[in-house]
Amino acid sequence: MLGYIVKRLLQLIPTLIGVTLFAFLLVAAVPGDPAQIIAGDSASPEEVEIIRSQLGIDKPLYEQYMSYVVNILHGDLGTSLRSSQPVLDEILSRFPTSFILTVMSLIIMIIVGLIAGIASATKPNSLRDNVSMMFSLFGISMPVFWMGIMFILLFSYYLPWFPSGGSTEFKHFVLPSIVLGLSASGVLARLTRSSILEIVNQDFIRTARAKGLKEKYVIYKHTLKNALIPIITIVGMEFGILLGGAVITETVFSMNGIGRYVVESIQFRDFPAIQGSILFISTLFVFIILLVDLSYSVVDPRVRYEN
Amino acid sequence: MEISEKVISQNQNVTTTYEPRSPWQMMIKRFKKNKRAMIGLYITVLFIIVAILAPWISPYDPYAYNMKALLQPPSLSHPFGTDQFGRDVLSRIIHGSRISLMIGMVGVGISILVGVSLGTIAGYFGGIIDSIIMRIMDILLAFPGFLLALAIISILGPNMLNVMIAIGIFSIPVFARIMRSSVISVKYKEFIEATKSLGGSHFFIIMKHVIPNCIAPIIVLSTMRIATAILTAAGLSFLGLGAQPPSPEWGAMLNEGREYIRSATHLSTVPGLIIMLVVLGFNMLGDGLRDALDPQMKI
Amino acid sequence: MENLLEIKNLKTYFYSENGVVPAVDGVSITIKKGETLGIVGESGSGKSVTALTAMRLTPGKVVEGSINFNGKDLLTLSDEAMRKIRGKEIAMIFQEPMTSLNPVFTIGNQIAEALKTHMNFTKTKANERAIELLELVGIPRPERIVKEYPHQLSGGMRQRVMIAMAMACNPSLLIADEPTTALDVTIQAQILDLMRDLKKEHNTSILMITHDLGVVAETCDRVCVMYGGKVVEESDVHEIFNNPKHPYTQGLLKSIPSLIDSEEETRLYSIEGNVPIPGTLRGGCHFAPRCEFAMNICHTEVPSYKEVATGHFSRCWLHEVEDEEVQNEANIS
Repeated sequence: MLGYIVKRLLQLIPTLIGVTLFAFLLVAAVPGDPAQIIAGDSASPEEVEIIRSQLGIDKPLYEQYMSYVVNILHGDLGTSLRSSQPVLDEILSRFPTSFILTVMSLIIMIIVGLIAGIASATKPNSLRDNVSMMFSLFGISMPVFWMGIMFILLFSYYLPWFPSGGSTEFKHFVLPSIVLGLSASGVLARLTRSSILEIVNQDFIRTARAKGLKEKYVIYKHTLKNALIPIITIVGMEFGILLGGAVITETVFSMNGIGRYVVESIQFRDFPAIQGSILFISTLFVFIILLVDLSYSVVDPRVRYEN
Repeated sequence: MEISEKVISQNQNVTTTYEPRSPWQMMIKRFKKNKRAMIGLYITVLFIIVAILAPWISPYDPYAYNMKALLQPPSLSHPFGTDQFGRDVLSRIIHGSRISLMIGMVGVGISILVGVSLGTIAGYFGGIIDSIIMRIMDILLAFPGFLLALAIISILGPNMLNVMIAIGIFSIPVFARIMRSSVISVKYKEFIEATKSLGGSHFFIIMKHVIPNCIAPIIVLSTMRIATAILTAAGLSFLGLGAQPPSPEWGAMLNEGREYIRSATHLSTVPGLIIMLVVLGFNMLGDGLRDALDPQMKI
Repeated sequence: MENLLEIKNLKTYFYSENGVVPAVDGVSITIKKGETLGIVGESGSGKSVTALTAMRLTPGKVVEGSINFNGKDLLTLSDEAMRKIRGKEIAMIFQEPMTSLNPVFTIGNQIAEALKTHMNFTKTKANERAIELLELVGIPRPERIVKEYPHQLSGGMRQRVMIAMAMACNPSLLIADEPTTALDVTIQAQILDLMRDLKKEHNTSILMITHDLGVVAETCDRVCVMYGGKVVEESDVHEIFNNPKHPYTQGLLKSIPSLIDSEEETRLYSIEGNVPIPGTLRGGCHFAPRCEFAMNICHTEVPSYKEVATGHFSRCWLHEVEDEEVQNEANIS
C-alpha cells in the first residue's frame, strides 16, 4: 500500500511539471509586451524597461521558467499588480471561502446525485426513473449562473430567507452551495444509474440471486459496492466541475473566493494573480484526483493487491 | 431427400417471428421510438432554423434603441419584453441563436479536428508517440474544464473568436481519449490486419477502415459537447469574458439584465430559459443517438 | 423412485424489438431423487434458459407450462417463497467461474451469505461452516482462502468455491450450467469427480447442462438432447450412446473424435449447417434443414414425441415411417 502511494506520488511529478509549464507559458504567451501593457501607453521606454526587469522577462525563456519554478517552491507566486500584495497571501485569504463552498456543494451533490441515481437504477424505466432522469437532464442543461440568479430571486427577493450575497457567515453559503451542488448532481445521478445498471447485468449478481439473497441485499450490498468504483471516479472528476462552477457561483453571489478573484484578475489583466490562482487551483485538482485514485484501493481489492 | 422450396415459403408467414434488419434501419427505428430523443431533435432543428433565418424572422432590429419603451414587461408587441435601452428581447434572442450556434459548431469543430487527429495518431501508432500525446492530454485534463477556458481567455483577451478557440481547446482531450480507445479496439480486428498484409498504407487504412468504425462515439460526443460549448460560452460571456455588449449573446444579455432583476425580471429569466432549452435539446439528442447507436457506449 | 422436479410443457419466450424468440418451446423433463439428468445441446438450444426458468431467474417470459418441485409449483409461488427455495433447496453453479463471484467480497463472506440467509447462522458459525465447505470441495488451506478475494484464485479453485457455495445449505437439487466448459481439461476431470462424490454423499439430484458428451458419459444417469428449444431425444445414458435414435443425436455422437474408428473414417464427421439462431426457426422439425434424412413432412409438421423403446423417447418422423413399414410388413405377412 505504501509502495503504491509512493508510486502514484512519483507519477504526479510530470503532471505537476506540465501544470507549472502551462501556467508559465500562459503569461509568456500573452500577445504584446506585458511590460508595456502594465506600464500603460503613456509610459516612457525607461519605465517599461524597469518593469520588464522587475518581471524578469528580459532573460531567456527557459531561465525565466527555472526561476519561476524555484520561486514556486519557495512559496512565491509573484506579486499582484492590482494590490501589490503577494499573490499567495491573496489566494490563501480567499481559500476558506472557496473551500467551504466546494465542500458543501460536494456533499449536496453526492447526496442528491446518489439518491437520484440509485432510485433510477433500482427500477429502470419506471415513472420514478423517468422523473429522476428528467431532473438530472435539467440539472446538466441549466446554466449555473442562471440557476443562481433564480435562487436569489426566489429565496432572497420574493421570500427573504437568505442573503443574496456575501461570504462572511454560514447563511451566506446556503444558497450558493445548493445551486452549485444541484447543478453538479445531474451528471453524478446519470452516471450512478448507468454504473449500477451495468453491474446488475454481471454474472455475479445472478449468482447472488441464485443464492436466494433478499433483493435489497443484492442491490445494496453486491451491486452498490461494485458500482462505487466508477462512482468514485465520477466524484473526482465532478470536483473539477465544482471548481469551475465555483468561479461563476462566487461571482453571482458576490463571495470573496478564489474563483471571483480569478475573474477580477482577468478583467484587470493582473497576470501574476491569474497565473498564481490558476496554478493553485490546478495543483489542488491534481491532488484531489490522486486522493480519488488512492481511495479505489479501499473499495476494490484487485487494486489493493496488484500494487 | 430434397427440401421443397414451396413448402418452406408457404410456412414462412406462419411462424416467422424474428426479422433481422440492417443496423442502420434498427438505429432509426430505435431513435424514433425514443420520445426524449425526438423532442431533442425537434428542439435542435428549431434552434438551427431560427439561427439561419434570424434576420428575416426577428420582428425588430436587435440593436435598435427605443427610448420610449424601456424595460417593458412582455406584451403583444414585445413577446419577451424590452431591455434597458428599449431593445426588443425576442429579436435579440433570435439573433443570439446565431452566436450560440456558431460557438457550438466552430468550438466543437476545432476539438474534433485536433482531438480526433491526435487520438487517431496516438491509438494507431502507439509507443512513444502515444505516450507523448496522451501525457499532454492528461495535463490539459488536469485543469478543471471551465478554468482552462478562463485561462486561455485571459491570454487571448475576451472576445467571441477567443471564446471559440478556448472552448475548442478545452474539449480536445475528451475527443482524443475517445478516439484513441476506439482506434485501439478496432486496430487488431482481422480486416485491418488483412489490409495491412495486402500492403495498404497507414493513411489509407486509417481513412478507410479505422475512422468509419469510430464514427458512432464521435457523433454522440460531438452532440453533447455542443451543449457543453454553448453553456460554457454563455458562462464566459456572463462573467464579461466572452461576447461584449451590445452583442445579443444570451449569457451577455443575462449579465446585463441582472442589474434590473427587481424591476424587469424577464431580462434575467428569458435568456436563461432559452439557454437551458437549447442545451437540453442537444443533450437529449445526444442521449438518444447514443441509445440508438450503441446503448453500451461509454460517454 | 420419487420425482423431485417435473417440468411440463414449459414455454419461455423472449420478447425483443425484433419480435418473439421462443427460446424454450414446450419442454418436459423430470428428475428423480438422487438422479443426475444431463441436458445436451448446442448453444442456443434452450438448455440454459430451461434451467434459469426453473430458478425463476430468466429475463424471458414463461407463457405456458408448470414446474413442479417437491410438490410445489415454482411458477406460481410468491417471489419471497421462491427466494427461500433458491440457494436452499435448489442451488445453481454457472459456466464462468471467473465472473460468477463478486470481486469485492471475500470468498468466506460469499459462502457465509447463503448460510446466514437460509439457516440463520451467526457470523462466526457461518464462517466456520464456510471453512468446512471449502475443505469438503478439496480446497487446501481453507482458513486462508476464506479471507481471500476471487481474483486471487485460479479458475478451477473458483469453480470449487462456487460448488461449495451451492452445497452450503445441502440442496436437494443442484443445477450445473456448463460447470466445466471454461476450465482446463485436467481441472475439468477433478471438478466432475468432486460433483460425483458430493452427489453420492448427500444424495443430491443434479441437472447437468452441457454441450460435451464426455461430461454426460461420466456423470449422468439419464440424458435429454435439446435442439431449437425442444427436447428431441431422451433415454438413459447407455441407450443414448449405444442406440441413438434421433438423427441429431446420431450426428452428435459421430462428431466425437474416436481413436478406435480412425481407420474407417479418415475425416471427423460434422453436422452440416449451423446452429439455428433462436427465433429464425420455421415450422416443422427444427432440425430438418440440417438433417440428412429430411423428408417433405419434416419441414411442415412437428413430429410427435414417441417412446421408441422402454424409457427411450425420440421426436422424429423417421420413427413413424418405420412403424408404418413394420405395420405394412405385418399386413403383408
